[in-house]
Amino acid sequence: MTQPGTATEQLRALARARGRIAGVLTAVMIVIYFGFIALIAFNKELLARKVVPGLSVGILLGALVIVASWLLTWFYVRWANTHYDPALAAIDRTEAPK
Amino acid sequence: MILQTPVPAAQTAIGQPNTVAMVFFFVFIAITLGITYWAARRTRTTEHFYAAGRTISPAQNGLALAGDYMSAASFLGIAGLVSTTGFDGLIYSTGWLVGWPVVLFLIAEPLRNLGKYTFADVVALRLKQTPVRLAAAIGTLSTVIFYLIAQMVGAGGLIKLMFGLSYETAIIIVGAAMISYVLFGGMIATTWVQIVKAVLLLGGALLLALLVLSRFGFNPAAQFGAAAAKYGDGVLAPGQLVSNPWDAISLGMALMFGTAGLPHILMRFYTVPDARAARTSVFYATGLIGFFYLLTFVLGFGAMVFVGPDAIRAIDRGGNMAAPLLAEFIGGTAFLGFIAAVAFATILAVVAGLALAGASALSHDLWVNVVRPSAAGTAEELKVARVATVVLGVAAVIFGITFKGQNVAFMVSLAFAIAASGNFPALLMAIFWRRFSTAGAVASILTGTFGTLILIWLSPTIQVDVLHRTEAWFPLKNPALVTIPLAFVVGIVVSLLSSATVTDVGQAHHERQMHMGTTGD
Repeated sequence: MTQPGTATEQLRALARARGRIAGVLTAVMIVIYFGFIALIAFNKELLARKVVPGLSVGILLGALVIVASWLLTWFYVRWANTHYDPALAAIDRTEAPK
Repeated sequence: MILQTPVPAAQTAIGQPNTVAMVFFFVFIAITLGITYWAARRTRTTEHFYAAGRTISPAQNGLALAGDYMSAASFLGIAGLVSTTGFDGLIYSTGWLVGWPVVLFLIAEPLRNLGKYTFADVVALRLKQTPVRLAAAIGTLSTVIFYLIAQMVGAGGLIKLMFGLSYETAIIIVGAAMISYVLFGGMIATTWVQIVKAVLLLGGALLLALLVLSRFGFNPAAQFGAAAAKYGDGVLAPGQLVSNPWDAISLGMALMFGTAGLPHILMRFYTVPDARAARTSVFYATGLIGFFYLLTFVLGFGAMVFVGPDAIRAIDRGGNMAAPLLAEFIGGTAFLGFIAAVAFATILAVVAGLALAGASALSHDLWVNVVRPSAAGTAEELKVARVATVVLGVAAVIFGITFKGQNVAFMVSLAFAIAASGNFPALLMAIFWRRFSTAGAVASILTGTFGTLILIWLSPTIQVDVLHRTEAWFPLKNPALVTIPLAFVVGIVVSLLSSATVTDVGQAHHERQMHMGTTGD
């Protein structure tokens, strides 16, 4: 696999791509968790509502926060394994950084 | 809403010497000391002592991360909180997990590639060693010591309740076992103690949860419904714990970002061969820890239904005995003994991880990088690390006995707040921000650490809960909402004021090391 530019430029582009993914995923996690906390703080009535008997919206959302954490980590690991690692391996390590 | 139990506190074997607990516990001690003996023969260099020779596999490290992280506070504490307050306890179950994706996205891989043994390696990488190492050691030791005190005092009380031993005996047993693991077996023994503990804790919690669910046709909703039928629908909704919204947000920030600043967790990323293995290990850890916290939903509501909040509070006001009481109700004294031994193992493993992280800060960050740089990587560094282990272990025992009977529950969230404000911002800026300067790093770590200490002193946590005053000057129970942004702002402003010049070539080298790892390491 050949990419345009020097090794340093290729690495910089890859570093930016990883930074974007990491930043977006972190932001999504923050929005999900603090969204949940904000509901606890400001909309207790909604969380008290029942989805089915015995299961409140609050408990369901709490479990979904955990499931969302799993999905986000899975998504990142899949991206890193299939895109980031191969692109990193394709960069010439012998060229001096400049 | 008042939670009431129809029947008064049930008969319980808690507080009496429990043969099954003793047997399980001594088997655990025998196995872990055996592991330590095996590990001691393999611990010859500093790389073995701090980083297990970097030979731990991703799956092993995932389990070990889970073992290091799931403290008695999460097993006994959350189950207790859910069993006495219902839904409110889930704020902790979720908050303690959501930091892990952040660790994965922002910290794990760059940390593995940029550092060697401690997170201070990364903060100090491009900066002046002495001031940054000193500041980082203050951040590390503050986090470790408050976490250790909470664990030791908790251990003393729990073991007294569960085994009938005296508080001081319990503290000394914990201290002696912890020192043995770390002193002789270093990171290799500590890692395997974490793995054994994680398997025991996950297995024990899963078995208990399955036995509880079997009484509700394996339908969690039926179980939550039974709790609501007994104690009102209020137990399924947010209640008293978060009367002030900003308190909930501030606590959430400490839990989320504190995980990414815990020295004993960060240290584990150096035990795997490369960044990819570090990445995979966080993926496993997130899965295991999330699964465990889902189980705490079932354990907490199970204890609420079968034991009842009043009976739980009657044994221990903090509710910490909910899971053991539930085990006794479901499986009798033998199962209680097993769960008690698991709880003991849980505490032992966590304090061992903390002691190793603290010893590394003393030997690697302070001795080698501040006092005697010529000792780096030599037999002297290894010796200093071992002396530091004994010093910390003895200190932990003394702290444990000194703080006997004190309210130290706040110290875990204090440790998380210091990790989130003192350690995390500086680490993140050192990795990703080119203009971060020595003065900026020192200012950020000290502001985060001491800001947290000062504000927690002025908060209702100390003023009202511990000192029993009527009012506190600072309104929030946890200061993270103020101290995390403050540490970032101070770090950025001071860095911009002090001239830090990183050349383009220097930056290219940094990026290469961050993504490709050190060459020839």
